[in-house]
Amino acid sequence: MSTATTRPKRRMRLDSTVIVYIALIVVIIIGAILVNTAGRNFFSLGNIRDILTGMSVLGLVAVGQTLVILTGSLDLSVPYVISLSSLLAAETMRGNPNNIAQGVLLALAFAAIAGLANGLVVTKLKVNGFIATLGVGLIIKGYLDTNYQGSAGSVPAAFQFIGATGLGPVPISTIIMLALATLVFLFLRKTRMGHHIYAVGGSLEVSRLSGLRTARPIIVAHVICSVMAGLAGLLLASRLGVGSPTVGSQGGYDLLSIAAVVLGGTILAGGRGSIWGTIGGVAIFAVLDSVMSAIQFNPFLKDVVRGVVIVAAVAIYTGRGVERRRARFATKEVQR
Amino acid sequence: MSDATTAPAFGTRALNALRVLISPRGAVFLLLAILLVAITALNPNFADPGQFIRFVQRVAPIAIVAIGQYFVIVSGEFDLSVGSVIATQVVLAGNLIGQDESKIVPVTLLMIGVGILIGLINGLVTTLLRVPSFIVTLGMMLALLGIVYYVTGGSASGNPVDSFREIGRGGIRDVPIFGIIPWAVIILAVTLAVAILISKSPYGKTLIAAGDNVTTQRYSGVRVWWVKTSAFVISSLSATIAGILLVGYAGVHPSVGRGYEFIAITAVVLGGVVLGGGRGWVVAAAAGAFTLEALFTLLNFADVPSTWRDTIQGVIIIAAVAYSAVAFRARRKGRAPLASPEQGKASESAPADPAPHTTSMEG
Repeated sequence: MSTATTRPKRRMRLDSTVIVYIALIVVIIIGAILVNTAGRNFFSLGNIRDILTGMSVLGLVAVGQTLVILTGSLDLSVPYVISLSSLLAAETMRGNPNNIAQGVLLALAFAAIAGLANGLVVTKLKVNGFIATLGVGLIIKGYLDTNYQGSAGSVPAAFQFIGATGLGPVPISTIIMLALATLVFLFLRKTRMGHHIYAVGGSLEVSRLSGLRTARPIIVAHVICSVMAGLAGLLLASRLGVGSPTVGSQGGYDLLSIAAVVLGGTILAGGRGSIWGTIGGVAIFAVLDSVMSAIQFNPFLKDVVRGVVIVAAVAIYTGRGVERRRARFATKEVQR
Repeated sequence: MSDATTAPAFGTRALNALRVLISPRGAVFLLLAILLVAITALNPNFADPGQFIRFVQRVAPIAIVAIGQYFVIVSGEFDLSVGSVIATQVVLAGNLIGQDESKIVPVTLLMIGVGILIGLINGLVTTLLRVPSFIVTLGMMLALLGIVYYVTGGSASGNPVDSFREIGRGGIRDVPIFGIIPWAVIILAVTLAVAILISKSPYGKTLIAAGDNVTTQRYSGVRVWWVKTSAFVISSLSATIAGILLVGYAGVHPSVGRGYEFIAITAVVLGGVVLGGGRGWVVAAAAGAFTLEALFTLLNFADVPSTWRDTIQGVIIIAAVAYSAVAFRARRKGRAPLASPEQGKASESAPADPAPHTTSMEG
């Protein structure tokens, strides 16, 4: 991987998160021009609100996915965790505002257990994260398919409020997502466990030889990831007003969240990346989506654009000598 | 593996055979045998050669895709695009061949060309632009599906001439025991034979070695980029073959092939092939596909609601990979496949301690 050093010409090195936001600005400029030529205003409050709303669900999932990918694993079970937690919440609430707390707790408890299962299978049974989370996802999918034929439960108006309101142009759901992203950022930056997540993803073997209990960071990352997926399920339930067994898989949140994380400059092999990069990646997706809807691009061809953008972006990150060693290695971290 | 230097007595040979059967690379055959016996017990008709050959025919597309996927996985990469390659080829065949028999050969050649092109793009972007194959093939999957749905509008379209569909449906009739030998079975047999030849050739060994350790391969002068790229070409070519077979009995619909990437990866992993590359046997990968389909058949006969299929598939793949992970660890540490991992750990940690840096220098 250290091929950058063998290059004859030394190129300017940029932090990958900076590149993500440069890319985001470029996408916004091009998008604004395209939308203007279609006779609409990209920077209208309604449009900004739509983009921010589009960021909230994928943002929640992608923030959790970032943690898992940083440890060198990945989580393919998120769509099913999203669907089942939306159903559990909606069925527990049954339209009664008094049951909101119960429904939320039940959904999040289920999500935490699913994450714990993922983490334990990966660390204790030594199953590759791809297979482990695919397997756990399939197990949940079987349960969903067997027990639910369609939407079920109902969410009280008070809970629907969360998905529907905002402060000015900024939806509450996006504020919640950004607040949680900040929390996760602080967790990664300030806590010992956060540093261990980077360490384990960088090299499991070196971490183990350094006396680190390597299982814990991986399990913690999986649990947080699933809980974030559970929150995404709750948010979707609040928007739809019901729980739905297909809301997660229809959104394609497993592969899209991984794509957003990678678009945000996090290395798929683990150990390097940042939460704000991921948020940038999610924002790029949301802007692309909004622009393509505004200029009435064929919905099927949207996927083509998405696919090309993902691959091109990652090719740019790896092609340039991007500074992959983040500053945290140079600062006080060394004392340990 | 390397214990054939002296002719062993029958007892040790039998023991070795048993050891292979319970080892991760053999376990899939044991599991397959158990499943087939269980199916026959539930439904004696299944053992009838005519019925059995139908079963093989049904597995053929999955097994062929799994064989292609094997080459990619063993080289340390992923191919998530196979499902949409199948959809692309099915739609191509449906729309271009139509009811004109003279177009069969040129369109088939075109499909093969498209398959090679997709594999080349996947492989070259992965190796030369150094984008992780997971991302490359995910992008390819999105792009191909988008195009396919754009062209078809999301509904069934086109109907290739019956003689083309015959490849997936028909076969050599009036064969003594089986009644009919489907073309699909013959194509599967040929594909498997070619795959075995490839994996035994120097190229095949280089591919496995590249999956195990890219750096040493690069130092030994292997053109890793070309070796891996050709693995992607093999994979999308096998998806093309599967597409041709599926036109026969699934018809032309953009959703044909959906989920095949995960089914193929599951089958390969069931066959004891290690994700991340460097270890695996192509025959076991094909057997993984048979095992998966046998499992579904068994559930069908046992009247388990089809909605539980996914759950059981999930449990099985986790169990299979956990088993092979634990068994491989035990073998590498203690050279005894059944020794408890704890024992192996104790005997290995002693020599490793004095020079821990030798093991950690790799990064």
